[in-house]
Amino acid sequence: MQMNDQPARSVAIRAEGLTKGFGEGETYTRAVSDVSFEAYHGEILFVVGPSGSGKTTMLSMVSGILRPDAGRVAIEETDIWSMGTDALAHFRLHKIGFVFQDFHLFPRLTTAENVAIPLIVQRRDWNEAIAEAHRFLDIVGLLNRADVPPVKLSGGEQQRVAIARALIAQPDVLVFDEPTASLDGDTGRNIINFVRTQVLNDHRCILIITHDSRIFEFADRILNMEDGRVTGIANGGSHVAHE
Amino acid sequence: MFGILRLAYKLLANDRTKFTALIVGITFAVFLMVQMTAMFAGVLARSSATVYNIGATMWVMDPAVQTVANTIPMPDTVLDQVRSMPGVKFAVPIYSGGGLVKLPDGTYQAVTIMGLDDDTLFGRPRMLEGRIEDIYGESGFIAVVDSEYAKLHSPEVGAEFEINDNRARIVGLAKVSSNGLFGVPTLYTTYNRALQYLPNARFTTSYILVEPKSAADIPRIQAAVARTGYVALTRDAFVRQISNFYTFQTGIGTNLLMMSAIAFIVGLSISGQTFYSFILENLEKFGALKAIGMTSRELVLMILFQAGFVSLTGYGLGTGLCAAMIWLARARLPDYASIITYANLLLALGMVVVIAGVSSWFGVRRVLRIEPFDIFRG
Repeated sequence: MQMNDQPARSVAIRAEGLTKGFGEGETYTRAVSDVSFEAYHGEILFVVGPSGSGKTTMLSMVSGILRPDAGRVAIEETDIWSMGTDALAHFRLHKIGFVFQDFHLFPRLTTAENVAIPLIVQRRDWNEAIAEAHRFLDIVGLLNRADVPPVKLSGGEQQRVAIARALIAQPDVLVFDEPTASLDGDTGRNIINFVRTQVLNDHRCILIITHDSRIFEFADRILNMEDGRVTGIANGGSHVAHE
Repeated sequence: MFGILRLAYKLLANDRTKFTALIVGITFAVFLMVQMTAMFAGVLARSSATVYNIGATMWVMDPAVQTVANTIPMPDTVLDQVRSMPGVKFAVPIYSGGGLVKLPDGTYQAVTIMGLDDDTLFGRPRMLEGRIEDIYGESGFIAVVDSEYAKLHSPEVGAEFEINDNRARIVGLAKVSSNGLFGVPTLYTTYNRALQYLPNARFTTSYILVEPKSAADIPRIQAAVARTGYVALTRDAFVRQISNFYTFQTGIGTNLLMMSAIAFIVGLSISGQTFYSFILENLEKFGALKAIGMTSRELVLMILFQAGFVSLTGYGLGTGLCAAMIWLARARLPDYASIITYANLLLALGMVVVIAGVSSWFGVRRVLRIEPFDIFRG
């Protein structure tokens, strides 16, 4: 594996020897094999590769929602898979933000209530959480849509609501799963541009799974996967380098 | 924690179709359950009305007696035997039987006639009008003012009519604590006048009412009565015996059980299915909550809260609706026999808890199984 030259930035995520398989006996399939990489504060790392290459499995292990068969994940020096289930959930709640491909917003709640969910789960006062949600909706430019249900929003707007929900707990790591998959080209680019300019900061690391080569220019680095292995890491905007 | 419960409430209540279906389903089931059991409780209370109204501590009777209404007369000698038993403070006879009243307009009305012991008038009703002593007067009867009173054309003191071709005169009006089951008016008179007015078999004593010297004497009296070939029951035991008869030896108990079971199944199926489909509809969202950092325990709490909320709301509405129905029915039908007892409410609450438990159990299983990785994988 080739590591590109990086400025002296602190490591946000360190993955070492991650391996995961599914099934048993003859049906056993190894989805991820011995994957190691580092991601840094202040960078956007794209994870790309064909379907079935193990991107989602790898990122699930890195973000603490799928236990690896082997290997280790440290987020800001914390070995997340040495924690118990509840402690890990607590860690995710405070340290990791998720933006799902289908957004998974609750259609029966208002936009503001959807955004406030992480704070509500953190046991923050309801009104305080809603006020904070309004602030983050303002950041993503949707304050005027705070009291409508997400089903009344466009795809791009829903994506921004999902981003606001992921941001509200002010996590150090943000994980995006195919953020542009259900958006048209312009909207997708606008969203990623928004993430690049408004969401990323020196204390935050953003991991993005994507197939969409039109947005590669927004990446600091691009990690390419095939058949469950990392086949190369390249600088953003350039063609993915293969070993 | 309050925020998580509020979130759970909003998720459920904002889905108005399912929320309404859940509330209506449980309300309907509770209404049916409470209504059925209330009717049964009403019937049971009415069936023991005489026992409560007379108020004796112990009742001596033929062992074949099953309810207070189907008396089997005993010979007068039993009364003397009981009076001589150790532990008996006093014992008096009472007559209970049916008569036919010929009303001034020429129509006939069946009545229950209670014959009180001439010496003590033990078991007498509470007088509303007239004096109890007037019962000793010629042809004296006291009419009970209850829901059946109108069937005698609401006679005033001094009214006269015929009972079994004998002249009877109302000398007082009285009230009893509980109405009878069979929908006929009740008249009180003396024991001897009852025997005189009503046709009798060889034996005449319907029951012997016994007051023990102390509660500790009751078993001793019961044993002594048993040696005579009769049975002595405390008031509560007699009420239980009557209740058991109507519950197990008539179709009432079976019908009640069937209707309650149907109500339970209807409630369980409507609410269980609706709640389960609500969980399924939101399953991926629950998975997303898990990914975000909600623990399984918190998710289970949310689901239990949702199930508990709709169940208790439905329970409150169902019991309220039933109470309103009974109130309305009583306004129209004074003799309507339904009583909501604590036992009815507890039984319905138990069923609601089972409905909530079963409904949420299926949901909890699905939510616990969903992995955040499934959400990522799509």
